[in-house]
Amino acid sequence: MKKSVFLGVVAATMTVAGAASAQATLEAVKARGELICGSNTGLTGFGAPDASGNWTGFDVDLCRALAAAIFGDATKVKFVPTTGETRFTALQSGEVDLLVRNSTWTATRDSELALDFVAVNYYDGQGFMVKKDLGVSSAKELDGATVCIQTGTTTELNLADFFKQNNISYQPVTVADDSEAQRQYLAGACDAYTTDASGLAASRATMPDAENHVILPEIISKEPLGPVVRHGDNNWGDVVRWTYYALLIAEEKGITKANVAEVATSTADEEVKRLLGVEGAGDLPTKFGLSNDAFKNAIAAVGNYGEIFAANIGEGTSINLARGLNALWTQGGLQYAPPFR
Amino acid sequence: MAVASDVPKESFRLSMLIYDTRYRSITIQIFVLILFGLFLAWLLNNTAVNLATRGKEFNFGFLWQRAGYDIGQAIIPYTNDSSHFRALLVGLVNTLVVAILGCILATILGVIIGVLRLSKNWLVGRLMTVYVEVFRNVPLLLWILLSYVILSEATPQPRDFRVTDEMAAAGEAPAASMMLFDTVAVTNRGTNVPAPLFDVSLGSVNLLGITLNLTILAYIAVIAGSVWINRLILAGARAQQEATGDRPVTWWKSILVLFGPVIALSLALGLHLEVPELRGFNFQGGILVAHSFTALLIALTLYTAAFIAEIVRAGILAISKGQSEAAFALGLRPGRTMNLIILPQALRVIIPPLISQYLNLTKNTSLGIAVSYLDLRGTLGGITLNQTGRELECMLLMMLIYLTISLIISALMNLYNTSVQIKVR
Repeated sequence: MKKSVFLGVVAATMTVAGAASAQATLEAVKARGELICGSNTGLTGFGAPDASGNWTGFDVDLCRALAAAIFGDATKVKFVPTTGETRFTALQSGEVDLLVRNSTWTATRDSELALDFVAVNYYDGQGFMVKKDLGVSSAKELDGATVCIQTGTTTELNLADFFKQNNISYQPVTVADDSEAQRQYLAGACDAYTTDASGLAASRATMPDAENHVILPEIISKEPLGPVVRHGDNNWGDVVRWTYYALLIAEEKGITKANVAEVATSTADEEVKRLLGVEGAGDLPTKFGLSNDAFKNAIAAVGNYGEIFAANIGEGTSINLARGLNALWTQGGLQYAPPFR
Repeated sequence: MAVASDVPKESFRLSMLIYDTRYRSITIQIFVLILFGLFLAWLLNNTAVNLATRGKEFNFGFLWQRAGYDIGQAIIPYTNDSSHFRALLVGLVNTLVVAILGCILATILGVIIGVLRLSKNWLVGRLMTVYVEVFRNVPLLLWILLSYVILSEATPQPRDFRVTDEMAAAGEAPAASMMLFDTVAVTNRGTNVPAPLFDVSLGSVNLLGITLNLTILAYIAVIAGSVWINRLILAGARAQQEATGDRPVTWWKSILVLFGPVIALSLALGLHLEVPELRGFNFQGGILVAHSFTALLIALTLYTAAFIAEIVRAGILAISKGQSEAAFALGLRPGRTMNLIILPQALRVIIPPLISQYLNLTKNTSLGIAVSYLDLRGTLGGITLNQTGRELECMLLMMLIYLTISLIISALMNLYNTSVQIKVR
């Protein structure tokens, strides 16, 4: 009897968590009047609340664009902070509608975790940060070092592989999130801190002595980061995917936050007309279950991809990342949107 | 005159199941049981359906896949090529080590504090009261974090131990130095202690998939043998004392028996210590005891000792004053009165609540995740769960394991409890 009570309690816990329906996320979001976006617990530049509690960042702006596309109002979005450990459970259980928190697209997550990565909004790779006075210039010199690593991430597995391939040893210190990793690293409890290179740059930007830390040249993995939705609701996946592509197309066509209204009235480009939902250019955006001016609203709310990048993490911000792989395909990068027709 | 010879045979009617007190309780029990069974079936079905809609299946096959991650502190051999099951075992061993050491240390400390709290010395008594109130009224997690922060922030970095050429030329000492004849180094990452090494290895045998180290087995055998012989010597001494009233001197025999064979074995195997030394980023060689382990152990010990102290105090106060007065009247000093008269009787009151404290401590080890101690919660319930995405399986398995550990502790302590209860003869 004792054992069956135990099993019952377990099953009860699991069932409550799994009550969300897989279908019709868009309808649920519309009915709720608010988009719930799984965000970082705080990674400057990508997703972090500022001093007055407003969420800002590269990933956050994608959520705002999506809210603008659905409701015509970029403020109708709630951000739920998730850690590396809790993020996928939060998404699977329906606690959040989508995750935009620098999560790496992998085959396991696509298949076994039953998730769908709908786009890659940042092409990244795993790097190492060390203190300058350690005198290390390459990750291969880290033999015997203590390395801080966030748990529940792909970087944890890449790290083990990298040291094994190079036949060197290390001592892992497993921490829960970025802020704890920073604390341990700054206190000298670990020699090196490893995560995505963009995350390292973001962490370094918040350190009081940023100039004393150096990010090593080795990039030891591919880390395509992007928005994630639950597997099984294809329409919702399409909404997220095409909102993101709309921002890319906008950059490609020179549509910005400032000129989107003007372009909508003056443009002669048929693809732009279709994207912005100009009168007489068809009703393609409504096929996603959105209003005809959804993507126009999204661009008007946060700007195009290039503007979002420049405002949050680009050169000139404290994080100071170059476009690199994330430049448009027309400029030698990997960011490429399929035609909007 | 017609006499009703028999009570008419009562036929069974369905309504009797409700209105007849003989059957009613059984009816209700069966009814509740059926409802409960239905509820359970509904829960299980719901779980299965929800898992299916999410395209997830329920199986434990992932346990045999390659884990792929590294664990900082592994007592049993482990590499990132080992399976998730091996990682589970590493975590389980880490959990058990902290739990067992914690229970032992907390008991010792708790008994001392509990006894001292009853001290007639006003200052000692009040100090112990302060200890108990401070430690049991602050959440354990805060104690764990505090110990960890103190250990990692107040200790030097490994590179502070380094002597550079310029410093050697100038005759300067490094910022930090090793302790205990240069054998122990305390850095902000952990405590490096010397490791015992043997020139002669006895090898190991593989029994049913479990690798047994023969050197450790040899030590266990020798120590067990020594203790057994020592008990024979003491029993002989007691027999002689009871027969003649004269107790022979045995201390040198005991020392010889207890330490002689172990030292002889060590010499035969060529035991020597591998002292840690600073190479590269960290101390190499020796054994690294990470601060996460030390902090967790210290916090668990101090916290649980406060509760055990109260249990011990309650146990002692439960013994009637007449017992100690009688002991004093016989001429026993207070220390012996406590050890020989009071504590043995108090144990009867102490053991049952002590079991709960041991169970608490064991389960509280899962808070080690706060300081990155990779116990069962950290490996199976942390990294494995995350990397494989098998929440349900990992959580169920983890609950099952914690339940098993707790039941084993309970069973053992209950066994001990029956042995100290008053024997009714």
